[in-house]
Amino acid sequence: MTATSQTDKRSLIELRGVTKVYGAGHAATHALRGIDLDIGEGDLVAVMGPSGSGKSTCLNILGCLDTPTAGTYTFQGVEVGQLDRDQRARLRRHYLGFVFQGYNLLSRTSAIENVELPLVYRGVPARTRRAHARRALEAVGLQGREKHAPNELSGGEQQRVAIARAIVTGPAVLMADEPTGNLDTARSHEIMQLLVELNRREGITIVMVTHEPDMAAYAKRIVHFVDGLVESDKRNGSHI
Amino acid sequence: MLWDTIFLALREIRRNVIRSFLTILGIVIGVASVITMVTLGGGATVQVTNQIASLGSNLLMVTPGKRMGPGQSSASAPFRAKDVEAIARDIRSVAAVAPASTKPVTAIVGNENWSTTVTGTDNQYMKVRMWPVQTGREFSDSELRAGAAVCIIGDTVRQKLFGGLEPLGNRIRLGKLSFQVIGLLEAKGQSSMGTDQDDLVLLPLRTFQRRISGNQDISLIQVSIRDGESTEKAQRDIERLMRERRHIAPNADDDFSVMDMKEITKMLTATTQVLTGLLGAVAAVSLLVGGIGIMNIMLVSVTERTREIGTRLAIGALEREVLMQFLVEAVVLSSSGGLFGILLGLAACLGLKNALKVPFVLNPGIVVVAFLFSAAVGVVFGYFPALKAARLDPIEALRHE
Ligand SMILES: Nc1ncnc2c1ncn2[C@@H]1O[C@H](COP(=O)(O)OP(=O)(O)OP(=O)(O)O)[C@@H](O)[C@H]1O
Ligand SMILES: [Mg+2]
Repeated sequence: MTATSQTDKRSLIELRGVTKVYGAGHAATHALRGIDLDIGEGDLVAVMGPSGSGKSTCLNILGCLDTPTAGTYTFQGVEVGQLDRDQRARLRRHYLGFVFQGYNLLSRTSAIENVELPLVYRGVPARTRRAHARRALEAVGLQGREKHAPNELSGGEQQRVAIARAIVTGPAVLMADEPTGNLDTARSHEIMQLLVELNRREGITIVMVTHEPDMAAYAKRIVHFVDGLVESDKRNGSHI
Repeated sequence: MLWDTIFLALREIRRNVIRSFLTILGIVIGVASVITMVTLGGGATVQVTNQIASLGSNLLMVTPGKRMGPGQSSASAPFRAKDVEAIARDIRSVAAVAPASTKPVTAIVGNENWSTTVTGTDNQYMKVRMWPVQTGREFSDSELRAGAAVCIIGDTVRQKLFGGLEPLGNRIRLGKLSFQVIGLLEAKGQSSMGTDQDDLVLLPLRTFQRRISGNQDISLIQVSIRDGESTEKAQRDIERLMRERRHIAPNADDDFSVMDMKEITKMLTATTQVLTGLLGAVAAVSLLVGGIGIMNIMLVSVTERTREIGTRLAIGALEREVLMQFLVEAVVLSSSGGLFGILLGLAACLGLKNALKVPFVLNPGIVVVAFLFSAAVGVVFGYFPALKAARLDPIEALRHE
């Protein structure tokens, strides 16, 4: 199978020859060596691969958090490289949700305020904001923890706050970097079911990085990274 | 969006209580100290000017020695009683002329003793200083002529030596000799320079010269000019007369000086202004230290704040929204610190006003300067690190260490 393996739906995301080089000269690290990837609307993609193979780097580029060294990224037919900073910020604000590998919650800020934050930037009125944030926290099983600051939450709970923050806006695409990395098996399955639900019910396109085949099994499609390249890209037969 | 930004900024301030408090504290202390120092210094200057003005604008002071600058003079021949007579006789516009020679002494009554200053003069002294005898009487002509052992005392000397007892008619010992108290001067209070004006003993000039100093010197001649006459002209006339009497060659400088109150005021205010300047400098240093404190706090939190900015950018904040939030935060913190500082400084001035006995003279300029400086420090150090961070790609800001 090749990178052009596709759903029949039209392409939402297109990467063409994307490379990412950190540093320069002898010290340069080639994190991505030329990625071609198409992701259709409504897809649920699991990205797998050994540590250091460039999964996070690729996801950051998809999330418009980082810019590729070379190659093009097209989102809904728009070439992201041509957009200015504000336009890219608006793209993140209105279309993308991102769950970081390291959570990146605001410290000394309650769970609910963290989850509300993307809505603040969308200009949602306070009351609606609260209600949405509460619902998102419930969806990840954190009801009753709204007032806790990150340092009062376990690693798994922080991860779930990060997920709630990414889904609260109902984004077109959700990128999640190892969203179950810190969760026990039962909780991991719950989160995966939640993602599948979001994908199925609300048509949210999901790209997630995971190390666990059990979690990847929930995906419709599994992309394998090795050494900065796509090594395999398969529809998932066992997809539920 | 502006409201949301302000809301975010205020939430950030409340969330980081300690950091906000320390930032404000630096500004409060700096602004308060500058305002206190400068206001008190300004008060002292005004007080000096007022008190000199209360001496009357028609007073001239003639002292031996070249004028060299504020408070300085070179040694040169003192005056004699004849000089005083010559001024009184030859200068038409003179109302009164008083000689004065002073010496520090210890005054003793019974078991009480008190260090004070004794001045040899005559009744003209009370006239030029517009300082009447409250009880008792002035010197009589015969006492002045004969150099009698009598004295007139100031209120402080009365308090220290006689307490509640009646001084008039009693005797005070100055050095080896004793003098009968014949008069008590009206109480005047502190002078501009903080000295107690009532702390003095007056003797007839001749008595002073014979029994205390042992010479004929006169170190100060005070001249009051009649109302309606020009002090400038009198000043020039006295200068001409004294040059003649002291045989000064036409091209040589005066070896004495005649100063009017304006000049004396200038001299003394120059001194207090130097003092104010010094206090201001000390205060400015504390403002600077406050500023460095703020800078420190802000820089320490840069890593955390850079990551915070990265997070905000990643979830869809625009660069200018992030910057606006940080700007609002910095402005709110520094201006509230500045306001507290102004209030604290003014409160300190009002408190110290009574303790230091200086009037409260507000200098609005310094209030504005201190406030603007502190605001600038807060804004610069609160805002510029944010400016740097907000220009990064979100992921770079998030990786900041
Ligand atoms: N900021 C950076 N500077 C230099 N090298 C980097 C940087 N970020 C990542 N790399 C390098 O790029 C390569 C890919 O990193 P990346 O984080 O994408 O890996 P990953 O597949 O997500 O690994 P993991 O499964 O451990 O999260 C690694 O070799 C890493 O060392
Ligand atoms: Mg990774």
